[in-house]
Amino acid sequence: METEGVGRMEAEGNGRGYLAERGWRSWAFTLDHKRIGAMYLWTTTVFFLIGGVFALLLRLELLSPQAHYFSNHTYNIFFTLHGSMMIFLFIIPAIPSGLGNFFIPLHLGARDVAFPRLNLASYWVFAAGFLVIIGSLVAPMDTGWTFYTPYSAKTGAAVTTLSLGVFLIGMSSILTGLNFIVTIHKMRAPGMTWHRMPLFLWAMYATSIIQVIATPVVGVTFLLLAAERVLGVGFFDPAKGGDPVLFQHFFWFYSHPVVYVMILPAMGIVSEVIPVFSRKPIFGYKAIAYSSLAIAFMGFLVWGHHMFTSGMSPLANAIFSFLTFFVAVPTAVKVFNWIATLYRGSITFESPMLYALTFIFLFIVGGLTGPFLGAMATNVQLHDTYFVVAHFHYTMMGGTVMGFFAGLHYWFPKMTGKMLNEKVARIAWALVFVGFNVTFFTMFIAGTRGMPRRYAEYLPKFHTENVISTIGSAVLALGILVMCWNFLQGLRKGAPAPSDPWRALTLEWRTASPPDVENFHEIPRVADWPYGYGTPKA
Amino acid sequence: MSDPSAEHHDPAVAFESAKLGVWTFLATEVLLFGALFTAYTVFRMKYPELFRAEHAKLDRVLGAANTVVLITSSFTVVLGVDAIRRGKARRLEAYFGATILLAGVFLCVKYVEYAAKFHHGLYPGTNLFFSLYFMMTGLHGIHVLAGMALLSYVVVLSRRGRFSASYHTPVEMSGLYWHFVDLVWIYLFPLLYLIG
Repeated sequence: METEGVGRMEAEGNGRGYLAERGWRSWAFTLDHKRIGAMYLWTTTVFFLIGGVFALLLRLELLSPQAHYFSNHTYNIFFTLHGSMMIFLFIIPAIPSGLGNFFIPLHLGARDVAFPRLNLASYWVFAAGFLVIIGSLVAPMDTGWTFYTPYSAKTGAAVTTLSLGVFLIGMSSILTGLNFIVTIHKMRAPGMTWHRMPLFLWAMYATSIIQVIATPVVGVTFLLLAAERVLGVGFFDPAKGGDPVLFQHFFWFYSHPVVYVMILPAMGIVSEVIPVFSRKPIFGYKAIAYSSLAIAFMGFLVWGHHMFTSGMSPLANAIFSFLTFFVAVPTAVKVFNWIATLYRGSITFESPMLYALTFIFLFIVGGLTGPFLGAMATNVQLHDTYFVVAHFHYTMMGGTVMGFFAGLHYWFPKMTGKMLNEKVARIAWALVFVGFNVTFFTMFIAGTRGMPRRYAEYLPKFHTENVISTIGSAVLALGILVMCWNFLQGLRKGAPAPSDPWRALTLEWRTASPPDVENFHEIPRVADWPYGYGTPKA
Repeated sequence: MSDPSAEHHDPAVAFESAKLGVWTFLATEVLLFGALFTAYTVFRMKYPELFRAEHAKLDRVLGAANTVVLITSSFTVVLGVDAIRRGKARRLEAYFGATILLAGVFLCVKYVEYAAKFHHGLYPGTNLFFSLYFMMTGLHGIHVLAGMALLSYVVVLSRRGRFSASYHTPVEMSGLYWHFVDLVWIYLFPLLYLIG
């Protein structure tokens, strides 16, 4: 980015920057968005690893067609914990609250978010939420992460406690989203017009809007579920005139838009990484920027496609199906623009780029299997089969998690002031890539052949697919372990990172690695967009 | 909500940020209540007779009285905000104190109403109408409590001399929130008490 004055050359030295202060108090009471972001990153990564262990246990059980290692009930608990942890404690907060907190103010050329205390509060509300959720493990959930009534209103599991935990997590998510919206509106550096903002910010802005609008609805839904269990209010109980499908409407009114909370930030990261490692200006800046908003908007109109088999009217089904296909348009707009950016670029394959390209590749597979589920006729065949499991793992893990990994590798030097071992990073990437595809592509095949999801036992004819898938999951786990080891090694003894190791142009690379508490000694003045690669200045 | 001590803000930006933040927060509140209003709509369309019969068991006089109480409290909040804009902190404290008092009256009346319902064996879960009644007014009641806490905090800050004609962001923001709490009741009252 073209900046004037001191802002451009201020990056100096390799001190400990914002990490200089030590001791737990310097973290627990910090108002520094970078530290709060780092706390979110650590916390969510731990839950990612725990959730991953549950996934491995599930795959282990599915090695044989009969229940082998543990009971069906235990299996139900494990997949519920896997889903709930991954979604509520990892994938929703990880990129927005972790990387977003760290990099939104840096991208904007600001010293912090608009409400630093609210930011810290959101972390501690999040912490309270996960503590309550951990507390609910005394009677672990067995409902799946969707908590469908009437079962969730009756099961002996600690649904009420868990509801409270999810409510708190949701509250933290709202506070973060609200903070980001105000920050992006009010804290932009002089000259940083909307159309000079990095695309990561557009993605985060759209994400925040969804968080703020959708999350209150799921909050009240969980309150009603708790009221159903404690007071027997009967909203979701047919015996009292209530309607279980109403619960599903409420639930998916949040939980469909929230898949865009999961994917949009990852798309933002990919939009940053692709031009840097192609040495080319991003193609279709405005199209990518506004498609984020379009996805956020349309995401609110399609929740019904989760309910085609729940007994909605055929008209409602048809409308939701039709609208669902429309979401594919802004998504495809992004993909085409990334590919157009790559076209004739001077591409290099550093680890962030490998993950970004993996994102595009896997997300295309995940995205294109979406319309099979959006179309009613095929949906009825594929509903609740492993095809669905494969589809959302391709979008959520192949998409979001790969985007997250791209972001971690891309920004590791900035966040820590240390470089990663690039060779080890590439080995980890190769294992993750192969392991992921072996695990989940076979699930498409098992699903189309009719294997239902969420059962500990299955017909012997699906045995081969399941064995292959389990082997894949082991490779994937190995890849992630190597990656984590690499991160820890990088933290301990990585080479000092220069301020701009990737020759990138967004503002965070104009500060020291790691940045000082104040971010910028002098607030930069922005005179251009941040994608002028391939021009003499870059 | 606001962070007046943040050094990196100039006061005008801080005020605008706080305002945008509170309005965004109120949008989330609309959606929080929105789900309940949706449930209300669904069930009222499904069971119109139940709603007509059951709503007659609510006490319209107390409901109407409470509406007057809350509207008056909104008025006193406006007077309080107006006072501090002229730099009159003591009058702000008096008007906000009156608001807190009126909010207390509202909750007392609500308590009388709830007690009467329980006495007649009407609980959440008795039927869908009363489930909605208790959930909606209960959630609203929690917001009234939160509002009282917020306004009290503002009064305490004011007594410490924090506010002046030039800086009174928290006063304005708590006022906005209080108007929202009133507004929700303005919808709840006819929907629950005045079904034709």
